[in-house]
Amino acid sequence: MSETDLPIRPEAISGERYLEVQASPEFQELRTRLRRFVFPMTAVFLVWYAVYVLLGAFATGFMGTKVWGDINVGLIIGLGQFLSTFLITGLYVRFANRELDPRAAAIRTQLESEIR
Amino acid sequence: MTTLLAQTETIGNPVANIGIFSLFVVVTMIVVIRASKRNATADEFFTGGRGFSGPQNGIAIAGDYLSAASFLGIAGAIAVYGYDGFLYSIGFLVAWLVALLLVAELLRNTGRFTMADVLSFRLKQRPVRLAAATNTLTVSLFYLLAQMAGAGGLVALLLDINSRTGQSVVIAVVGVLMIVYVLVGGMKGTTWVQIIKAVLLIAGAGFMTVMVLAKFGMNFSEILGSAQSAISGSTTTGVAGRDVLAPGAQYGGSLTSQINFISLAIALVLGTAGLPHVLMRFYTVPTAKEARRSVVWAIALIGAFYLFTLVLGYGAAALVGPDRILGAAGGVNSAAPLLAFELGGVVLLGVISAVAFATILAVVAGLTITASASFAHDIYASVMKSHKVTEAEQVRVSRITAVVLGVLAIGLGILANGQNIAFLVALAFAVAAAANLPTIIYSLYWRRFNTRGALWSMYGGLISTIVLIVFSPAVSGSKTAMIPGADFAWFPLANPGIVSIPLAFILGIVGTLTSPDDEDPKVAAEMEVRSLTGIGAEKAVAH
Repeated sequence: MSETDLPIRPEAISGERYLEVQASPEFQELRTRLRRFVFPMTAVFLVWYAVYVLLGAFATGFMGTKVWGDINVGLIIGLGQFLSTFLITGLYVRFANRELDPRAAAIRTQLESEIR
Repeated sequence: MTTLLAQTETIGNPVANIGIFSLFVVVTMIVVIRASKRNATADEFFTGGRGFSGPQNGIAIAGDYLSAASFLGIAGAIAVYGYDGFLYSIGFLVAWLVALLLVAELLRNTGRFTMADVLSFRLKQRPVRLAAATNTLTVSLFYLLAQMAGAGGLVALLLDINSRTGQSVVIAVVGVLMIVYVLVGGMKGTTWVQIIKAVLLIAGAGFMTVMVLAKFGMNFSEILGSAQSAISGSTTTGVAGRDVLAPGAQYGGSLTSQINFISLAIALVLGTAGLPHVLMRFYTVPTAKEARRSVVWAIALIGAFYLFTLVLGYGAAALVGPDRILGAAGGVNSAAPLLAFELGGVVLLGVISAVAFATILAVVAGLTITASASFAHDIYASVMKSHKVTEAEQVRVSRITAVVLGVLAIGLGILANGQNIAFLVALAFAVAAAANLPTIIYSLYWRRFNTRGALWSMYGGLISTIVLIVFSPAVSGSKTAMIPGADFAWFPLANPGIVSIPLAFILGIVGTLTSPDDEDPKVAAEMEVRSLTGIGAEKAVAH
């Protein structure tokens, strides 16, 4: 491992500089985009999970309704939780690769170039 | 559990089971020794030099997460209670979205070795580190105990060792092997053990799933129908009346048991992102992007595995039948091994048994390295010695701690052998969700959050969870309790999460708002910039 491969020491950047970066429009943009995606998405999957749990606890008759052969509503909604989990994972990865990574890398590169 | 000692049907060939398991130990030991030639620095020992790729770490996370409780326990619960067993796996899976969206990458960018690195970043170091390390050790110990206690029942079934002494010897062997893995391999070695075990476990379960499906002409509905008729034909009291295709067989009935179920569901979905041994795995990758990839791999593998257990559970009910499962040594936990024997005879049973043992071994090794790293890095180096220790000394202290923990786990595991272990796992999740998650979320996303909020939330969550558990029907006052003879229970739920988790979130807010905002804004800015950009934690771009 050569010296340039190592992470820069974070102490090399002053506290004042961190405050400036935090206040910069580029950083605020990154922060806002992250929060605007993850907070609503978290709310969506938690509510969907809560609906499922409440149905499982209180609406057992409805969950036991047969749809096709011995496959019932409960099983379909349960498998729906698997599907939604895979879907949200995929959406997040696409979002993070497109929207977060380039912005984070730009700020990081700028800061690194200041101390090297 | 008197069934453990009763004379029960012996399945398979114990010599074959031990043989295949020994092969696993030999192969992993060689890999561990080869992989860990350099374990001198703290980075090497605690994080494997951050040299793992996202997919490798994702497989290792799946290995850490798919413990014996979730493999044997969930398949068995589905076989006997049907749908209610499936509910567990959904909570365990959806929980990963909390880790992916809110925790993994920011934690990876901010911390170095332990959970406490992140929590104490911009708060008062010593009290917050001490609280975080206390929680890490508590969660890890409960989890460790559940794994070790489970080993006893597994031994009875798979190796045909029914005497208490014989089982104790095997628990001790598991403990000693675990110590060796951690001492020799460090994080790099344990990660490789997890990877090998996860591949074997998921491949084995997948293979069995295909065999079950083939027996029913690839028609899942037919498996469900046969499972229900096998349950309805059961001669065991209370089983025949169950509708195993709809929820309610285990948690239906009274309002208390329904609320108990909701409480468990909350702890499952919020506990994962607060489990210290899962969080520590994010430090083994070089970048936030790799941390993200590792969670994606973990979600895919864990999701697939739980779909397999759905088929295996109902398949075991249909092909083995509830009476044979409940009559076997190990009870509900024996569903998957019995199904393996039914499908593939002695060889498949031997493979699945070996994998189940490997699972216990790998998970306890992962827990031990997490707990010992936290003790050495947080309590010894930071709280006791005020950071005036070298990294080599941290590694040395961590190795000693691993030995102490291993001995402790052997002792407690022998004592807890045969106890109802399900509540130990649920307790570990409830403590993780109540004591750790609120502070993790607040310190990453809430600028005003301060030391008092963190301490109130962490200690409040920890103490309320444990107090409620002690006075719950899981410990006393019911037939299945840990101490069946006594009755000092006043809290009606076996799962305390529905009270303790919201309480810990509220305590974090109240504690923060009642103390002055005296945190250093520069440190807070540094934490936020580092958590979002990865500066200081990622390799610099070449210029």
